[in-house]
Amino acid sequence: MSAERPRSPERPESVTFLGMPATRPFPRNAARAVRDSQLRFNLRKATRTIRARRASVVAEVPDWAALREAGRAIKDHTLRNLDRYLVQLEEAVTAAGGHVHWAADADEANEIVAGLVKATGETEVVKVKSMVTQEIGINEALLDHGITAYETDLAELIVQLGDDRPSHILVPAIHRNRAEIREIFAGRMAGWGRPAPEDLTDDPAALAEAARLHLRERFLKTKVAISGANFAIAETGTLVVLESEGNGRMCLTLPTTLISVVGIEKVLPSWRDLEVFLQLLPRSSTGERMNPYTSMWAGATEGQEFHLVLLDNGRTRVLADEVGRQALRCIRCSACLNVCPVYERTGGHAYGSVYPGPIGAILTPQLRGMGSELDRSLPYASSLCGACYDVCPVAIDIPSVLVDLRARAPHPWPERAGMAAAGWVLRRSGRLARMQRIGGRLRNLAPRRLPGPLAAWTDTRDLPEVPRESFRDWWDRTDGGRR
Amino acid sequence: MSRSRDLILARVRRAVAGVPDVEVPRAYRGPSGTPGEIRLFEERLRDYRAVVHVVDEAGVPERVARSLAERGARRVAVPGGFPAAWTAAVRAERVADEPPPTAAALDALDGVLTTCAVAVAETGTIVMDAGPGQGRRALSLVPDYHLCVVRAGQIVAGVPDAVARLDPLRPLTWISGPSATSDIELNRVEGVHGPRTLEVLIVA
Ligand code: SF4
Repeated sequence: MSAERPRSPERPESVTFLGMPATRPFPRNAARAVRDSQLRFNLRKATRTIRARRASVVAEVPDWAALREAGRAIKDHTLRNLDRYLVQLEEAVTAAGGHVHWAADADEANEIVAGLVKATGETEVVKVKSMVTQEIGINEALLDHGITAYETDLAELIVQLGDDRPSHILVPAIHRNRAEIREIFAGRMAGWGRPAPEDLTDDPAALAEAARLHLRERFLKTKVAISGANFAIAETGTLVVLESEGNGRMCLTLPTTLISVVGIEKVLPSWRDLEVFLQLLPRSSTGERMNPYTSMWAGATEGQEFHLVLLDNGRTRVLADEVGRQALRCIRCSACLNVCPVYERTGGHAYGSVYPGPIGAILTPQLRGMGSELDRSLPYASSLCGACYDVCPVAIDIPSVLVDLRARAPHPWPERAGMAAAGWVLRRSGRLARMQRIGGRLRNLAPRRLPGPLAAWTDTRDLPEVPRESFRDWWDRTDGGRR
Repeated sequence: MSRSRDLILARVRRAVAGVPDVEVPRAYRGPSGTPGEIRLFEERLRDYRAVVHVVDEAGVPERVARSLAERGARRVAVPGGFPAAWTAAVRAERVADEPPPTAAALDALDGVLTTCAVAVAETGTIVMDAGPGQGRRALSLVPDYHLCVVRAGQIVAGVPDAVARLDPLRPLTWISGPSATSDIELNRVEGVHGPRTLEVLIVA
């Protein structure tokens, strides 16, 4: 991949790396994305399908609201007592024969993992799709140590072979259609291992078969695997990974060394809590009653060596924020992406982070800080329609967090000046009436596009037409329409 | 211990100091204690495009042999603890799992026969815990065909019942249908890396 991972020396301590550099602001990324009609078509089709599926499997659960309430409360309780549960998790994993490591940031996590891989003498690792390893840019970091990481999730494989970026939490290649995927497989598989069959078609079953053949050999011979985890149970030391394809099971089971990198917010207090989350997560994410495969293990299992790397990377900063900390409840189901009207049109790349969509709009600026123009623009990547809050299985009030973050992002001066002028006019009704009459007379002079710095407003909106007569004048003249 | 461990724990404590704790309301349906409905389990499995048969205890050997024959399986893994009576009529060669076969050896097999620990009717899920008749996790993963025998008494109603019955210290694999992906235009395609055919025999 061509990621330009910032190196630590040039990077100040407080900057949290989130898998891609914070570059252009969201509106410019979005403007480019919405002009890509293929992308818009792929996204609309995919998000509609998954929305309908989620809605139907959620509707068949009579106690969904109670599960959601329990999910929210379990997460809040865990976060409140996170220090205690992390220590308990460490003890339980250690007692089960695993090794626990702590990483304050992305660099430290990558160094720990690279060291562990090197200690095995291996130079290749297989990976299970995980948000957190994308977040810390582990593939690029390992490459610097001469270690090649092979993605094994079908969508991640499409992204890796296509030298591309993931654009969705759950379906990272949602922006690609079957014809594009066929092109990538046919052109690139040979460079990474077993080539695609000569007669590869764009039939999804044929594409899945090509991935199966391409990766099978790799699974059978690779000695080290890297995964994330959906949940980690403090009480028992059990780690939980949900997946569909079986690549997760392959990575978790066959290699002799397993390294799991897990964000500190993934801990759950007790085994019993899974009765809630194993219902909330599959129905919210893939819209299935249950995902095809879920693996659970505690410590060193069936002779395997097991390492757990607990990662902070900005999470404790989010935890300190009274309004924003609820973002740490997120179980990465992606339901909020799939219902978001902004995401549906721009896709995931516009958000400039591995966390796109509504959750990304609140998580990225909090994890990374609001130092860059992109991160300041993310809280505005929303119409505040509230659909994300409604579907969120742990009831994260994304709109409220967005509004809170907006209040903190400094507004540009033309906007502040405009608001001040509007305030002056609106405070007195006489001023408003006078301004409206002047506006009505000058209406033919109104431009399509505002001049100077105000152009930013009209770049993304059509300027409303100025009416000939104001509503007040019309009311006075006609006595409210009676004359 | 490590510097980062202390640093992270200190940051956490500072971040949550003074924040009130939260009670967890558990108003949802907990473990029901009632057996799962066979009909519902069957229906859910079919939704995932698993192959399902319901037979009585006496019919198991015949059904197992027929399924393997229809599949054309010549060599199948049979883990220790799988009831010997159930494979009495099997013509295919039975490969034991002790000592554990290598991954490559498993890849050369035509299928695997197992039992399970628990099954969930509401979600059509089979859970294996590496207990008798189930073998190590790789056994039911690498071969392309998995035939699982589930006793009616193992079927529970919902997810909370299954969680209550399972031992969190054992390696657990929850299986809901054959391996699948939705990564291509969000169409569910059966069969990527796990067994592409899942056949379930319910003993009622
Ligand atoms: S914010 Fe809620 S809906 Fe969005 S991914 Fe996280 S848990 Fe799912």
